Parts: sequence; C-alpha cells; structure tokens
Amino acid sequence: MSGGRPVQVRAEVLTLRPVGDYLSLTLVAPGVADDVRPGHFVALAVGGEQSSMLLRRSFSVYRATPGGRYGGTVEVVFAPHGAGTRWLAGVRPGDAVDVVGPLGRPFALPAASSGAASCLLVGGGYGAAPLVALAEQLRERRCRVDVVLGAASAGRLFGVTQVRRYASSVSVTTEDGSQGERGRVTDVLPDVMRRGGTQAVYACGPMGMLAAVTAAATRAGAVAQTAVEEAMACGIGVCMTCVLPVVGADGTTRMVRSCTEGPVFRGDRVRWADVGTVPEGTLGAPVAGGHR
Amino acid sequence: MTAPLASVDLPAPVLTASGCAAAGRELDPFLDLTELGAVVTKSIMLEPRSGRATPRMAETPSGMLNSIGLQGPGVASFLAHDLPWLRERGARAVVSVAGGSVDEYAALAERVGGEEGVTALEVNISCPNVESRGQVFACDPAAAASVLSAVRRRTPARVPVLAKLSPDVTDIVEVARACVDAGADGLSMINTLLGMVIDTDTLRPALAGVTGGLSGPAVRPVAVRCVWQVRAALPDVPILGMGGVRTGLDALQLVLAGADAVSVGTATFNDPSAPLRVQRELRQALAERGFARFTDAVGAAHHQLPRRRAEGVPA
Repeated sequence: MSGGRPVQVRAEVLTLRPVGDYLSLTLVAPGVADDVRPGHFVALAVGGEQSSMLLRRSFSVYRATPGGRYGGTVEVVFAPHGAGTRWLAGVRPGDAVDVVGPLGRPFALPAASSGAASCLLVGGGYGAAPLVALAEQLRERRCRVDVVLGAASAGRLFGVTQVRRYASSVSVTTEDGSQGERGRVTDVLPDVMRRGGTQAVYACGPMGMLAAVTAAATRAGAVAQTAVEEAMACGIGVCMTCVLPVVGADGTTRMVRSCTEGPVFRGDRVRWADVGTVPEGTLGAPVAGGHR
Repeated sequence: MTAPLASVDLPAPVLTASGCAAAGRELDPFLDLTELGAVVTKSIMLEPRSGRATPRMAETPSGMLNSIGLQGPGVASFLAHDLPWLRERGARAVVSVAGGSVDEYAALAERVGGEEGVTALEVNISCPNVESRGQVFACDPAAAASVLSAVRRRTPARVPVLAKLSPDVTDIVEVARACVDAGADGLSMINTLLGMVIDTDTLRPALAGVTGGLSGPAVRPVAVRCVWQVRAALPDVPILGMGGVRTGLDALQLVLAGADAVSVGTATFNDPSAPLRVQRELRQALAERGFARFTDAVGAAHHQLPRRRAEGVPA
C-alpha cells in the first residue's frame, strides 16, 4: 500500500449533502486525510458498534483535505442502494463513523522525467469521484487532461462542473440523452483520444466500462489504468473476497486482491472476460473454474 | 494475563483466527501483534492454490458466508516470506495447515512444525470449502484421527498440535475424543458452519461456490455450546475457543465455557483492531468479576453449576 500506512479512526460526520442522485459525505478523519492520493479508498463500518452488518463498505475518496480547520477531512460519494449505504444516508453531522484508510494502490502519475503526457480520464457515474483530484494533479504536472464522463442519466453524472477547471476538454454522455451525447463513454473515446493525442488513460466506473475503455485505449496505443469495483468484506487484505484474475509481469495469471494489489490495475493486465471466474492456467488452479 | 495452552505459555489469551488475519502482516498497522497471544495464520497448503471464483462472500444477519476455497501461496512461499516476517516482528505464530490427504498433512507438519517461531500447529480438518466436500475429515472420527496421528508423529514434541473441529457433526465430543486419542494436544473450536444464501434478484445462489462457511456473532451460541460440551466430557484437554467473538464479554463466555484461550475471527473484518480491543475488554471484564488470574475463569461456568443448583436455583 503506497501513500503511508492506513489508520483506523472514529470519524465525525461533518456534512452529508445530495449531489445529483448521489450523496456526498464529508468526515473529519485526522490521519486518514494526510496521505490520500487519487485512487485511494476508505472502508467504513456501517450501522454502529453493535450492528448486525459486519462487513465494511468501501468508497474511493473524492476529496481529502489534510489539516485545516477540522483537522483533516475526507469526502466520499455514494448511492444508497443497500442496507449499509441506506444507514450511511441517514447519518447526521456529529455522528461517529469508523473509518479505515487510506487503502489500496492509487493511480500512478506519469513520471516527471517523461515530460507532460496527454491524459484522458474516463468516469462512469460516481466512479468519477477520484478523477477530479487526479485531473488537478495531472494539470499541476502540465499534462493535457481530457475528460469523458458518462452515466445512465443526467442525475447520475458526477464531477462535470468540478473537472472543468482542470480539463482541456470535457465530454459527457448519457444513455437516455438527458445530458451531453446520447450513448456510452466508449462511443466518444476514439474521437477524444485522436484529438488529444492521448498517451495515458485513467478510468473508474463499472467493470464493463473499464473493460471497454481498456480495449479502446489499447487500440489507440495508450496504456489504461483502471480502478476496479469488487465486493470487499474488509478492505485491508485479510478476507480474500475481492479477488480477480490479473496477469503479472511474468505472464502468469493470479487471483489478486483488488483491495491491496488494486484497486488500480493496468487495464491490459486484467482478464476482463474472466472476472468472476478462475481462468484456466491461473496459478494454483487445478482446472478452469478453480476449486469447487 | 498469561494463558497456558497445552505445553506453551501464551503471554496473553487472545489470538487471531485462521482465515481472518492472513499471515499477520496486514493487521500490523492496526495493532501490536506482539501483544496478542499469537497470530493464527490462514491455512497453509503444500502448493499454491487459486481458490474459488467470485462472488466469495455474502453478508448475513450478524455474520457472513465465505467460500474462498483456501486460496493461498503454498508452504514454500509461507516459509520464505510470511513466517520470517512474523518472527522478525516478534509475533508468535500458530500455523494452520490444511490438506486434501493424510500424506499432505503429514508433509506440511514435517515442513512447518520444526521451523523457528512456530508456537503451535492448528490442523484444519474441518474447512467446508475444500473440493471434496464428501471427504471432510472433521466429520468422521476415524479420518480425523488419522490426520492428527500423522501430524503429531511428524511434529517436534515441544510444538502443540491442535485439531480444529467442525460444528457440523452429530456429536462433536466423539470427534474431539478421537483426535485426542490420536495424539492431538488440544482442540480449536469451532470452524464455520455450512450455509447458503440465495440472491432474490438473480434467483440464484449468491456465492459462486453455492455453499459457504457461516461465521460471525451469529454462530457464537453454537461455539459456546461446543466448547461447553467438550470441556465437560474432556476436562483436561486444552481448548482454543472461537466463533463470533466481537467483544470482551463474548470472549469471556467462551472462557467460562472452558476455553483456555480465544481467537477473534470475522470481527476483524469489521474492526481490524478487534483482537487487541477484545483482549483489553476481557482483562477488564475479568477484573470486574474478581478473577485474580485468567486461568481461574477457564471453565468456571461448569464449577458454578452444582453450587447454584444446591442453592436452589432452577437448572
């Protein structure tokens, strides 16, 4: 885990506010905020100390503000859809939430020695959350930053206004056509990459989108870094539930943890078509499908 | 608060539980591993193992199902990377071993048992996730005994061998007795209970492996019952108790039922500092109840029973 060791803190809810169809939660989490880099995530306990919901809910960090007036805050964006996120949607300022973070491997920025790269950031829904800070950091490195954001509908877009200050171009797609172009992010990617001369692609969103973005990047001769979404129980690397098949530098496929080895992977290393399976030839797999 | 467990004196009574702490390293940022009784590792097997497909996990009321399928790097990697790390860190290691055959268990005992820094072996004969579900050693007293006998023969005498028992049996005392007769120095109980969740949106089993192991506070009463029964039947056999421990009072229940030490498992997913917190809470709970030593509380609920009856308290 880069960016320092994770810490566990009892954070205080500062604000909870609606953002489109989502909710944005800001927590006073000293220590967590200090080392956050774009792509890091936090794991929140839900339901209180005696909750029957034991598993942590993980969210990528939208914004981290070390120090400052409140002693370090982190902000996450989420959609209430299950019992755990519905509980989070009910917290009030002053409530306590147990936070572990920062977790995972963040996005790798282009090496300073390689000069200003041309970068494309692709976000699906609230998956766009970590891309705003990433855009800011890439811009500080004088990189060209193009952004493509997509969602099912206008309400589910996130970050469109926020990325504008750092981006050379922002393209928006919605599946229902309620904002931007009707369609999916992948419909506009080839054009945007050609116009921007994209060398590096950063993506965060649903797995299907990440697979398609990787394919488009590869076709355009760019390298994609993808932040994957896999269900995690602990977020810290002990439960082994969030694995997916990833090809290593040695050509061997391994079932790796998205919490500690990820969530950011090189897109061309992830065996997207085999996610949810243990493909044949995976290290330690007796047969395709793994152990039954 | 020392805790004697078989032939070793653990400096503290709370341990991690197998499968819930990897090989210890990931918990290091959250607690001082040396303050724990020991780190119980995820079960080690001879060869690297990919485990099962995802989804591998489903949340249940006060618990979870897992069907990891014993994913792990294999014994060579464990001995090269994980055990040396635990040793350097100064943490005690109880190494959990798992195999598909008696020979495999025996080979693991030979490779691991004599290594420096191994405080005890925990023999996982009861994981319900392995491929040959019909062959779960822990469900058959004779098969369990053959594994424990093989492991005991190949492990240095100074290293205790603990048999990890499954609650998914008709009579856990019968399996416990078979393991002890075969040479087990102590017993770990309980492993997960076999369970299943069906996703009502997809109308399919929630886990790729269909069934999984149930753990968490939901199973605690089963663990307390198992420890109680075995303690009553085999009062001199050391017991490492586990199953749904989330607080110091949860641990105290297992201790009063007869556990000589307690492991914290699934609660660690919820709270990575849980093992040390539980130990702290347990220490306080013992002090509040007037126990001068931890060992005075072990099995105390058994001793209390006749006196309370004699005093006219209904059974």
